[in-house]
Amino acid sequence: MKQAIARFAAALALAALLPQLADAKTPPAKTPPAKAAAAPEEKDAATAEFEKFRAILEEDNPAELFEAKGEDLWKQKRGPNNVSLERCDLGLGAGVVKGAYVQTPRYFADADQVMDIERRIAWCMEKLQGFKRADLVKKPFSTDDYTPDLVSLVTYVASESRGLPVAIPQRHPKEVAAYKIGREIFQYRAGPYDFSCATCHGEDGKRIRMQQLPNLLEKRDAMRAYAGWPGYRMTGGLMHTLQWRMNDCFRQQRFPEPGYLSDAVTDLLTYLGANANGNIYKGPGIKR
Amino acid sequence: MADPMKIRATVSGDVCDIKVLMSHPMETGQRKDSDGKIVPAHFIQTFTIAVNGKTVVDGGCGPSVSRNPVFGFKAKGPKAGDKVTVTWTDNLGDKRSDEATVA
Repeated sequence: MKQAIARFAAALALAALLPQLADAKTPPAKTPPAKAAAAPEEKDAATAEFEKFRAILEEDNPAELFEAKGEDLWKQKRGPNNVSLERCDLGLGAGVVKGAYVQTPRYFADADQVMDIERRIAWCMEKLQGFKRADLVKKPFSTDDYTPDLVSLVTYVASESRGLPVAIPQRHPKEVAAYKIGREIFQYRAGPYDFSCATCHGEDGKRIRMQQLPNLLEKRDAMRAYAGWPGYRMTGGLMHTLQWRMNDCFRQQRFPEPGYLSDAVTDLLTYLGANANGNIYKGPGIKR
Repeated sequence: MADPMKIRATVSGDVCDIKVLMSHPMETGQRKDSDGKIVPAHFIQTFTIAVNGKTVVDGGCGPSVSRNPVFGFKAKGPKAGDKVTVTWTDNLGDKRSDEATVA
């Protein structure tokens, strides 16, 4: 008897649920066309708001604090050899900082390698100042309570290229090779998701949540993307460089993360950077 | 000693636009670190802005303000060449004072 009642109650509950289920199911079947029609407009409004937000932020960018810190670090005598970085050759002659950022990655004869700016500054810290490479790569990225010296240095060097056109050289055979390998890496699909950089950055109109993703195969987007780095990120208030950006993209693809200051990252940066050639660099950026 | 501030003061008409960018962690005291321990509160509590030694802004702020905060004010009166001094004090008693010239 008890069982029968229980069964009856269960049946009732089911019956009560069924119409709701049916109700819940019907509207979505109708909405998609309407939603799809409204989406582009919605997105444009959101984009416009984001642009306004960015314009306000750009006026007062905390990246300036890191520029100042980086300038100090550049001029201070540091490291086991107790020398400053003012003898460091960033590609335009020893000690020339102005314009160096927008002309890297480039080939450096003394190292017989193509290097991006972060890698080159690390090289100078190692060769001139006597820092150990192992120490420089141990904690390479900014965290809540720590900003690596290299991040501040890159920010300072980048700020010294404000207002100059991006002109990443493609003259030396190794620079051309780096570009080609970079292009391969960009298109290379692998990892548990079978993603490549191009999966998210090879088509117009893609986004992650509300974040619009640049189509890096298009000159216009490639220019805009390259211009925003190094960038101060509002989320967490951290300063980040392109080395971090590349690393974090691979992490999001669930790839094994590339080595900090490795050939792979430099090659990718050569590819992305040279595609942005001709753009006027506006200095360190600010991100959401 | 905390890192220096960035101060910009520009006159247009009779209004001076003062912008201050402060370098401070602004910890709320609510966050936990990777070991699960609470990160102690550390934030700017009061700040003043003086033009040629005369206080024009006497402000307070709390843990809800972001890391490396930016403040903007408009003041009537300051002229090009005047000295703007900004001073802040945080909850740990740390202080920082920086100066800039009105442009």
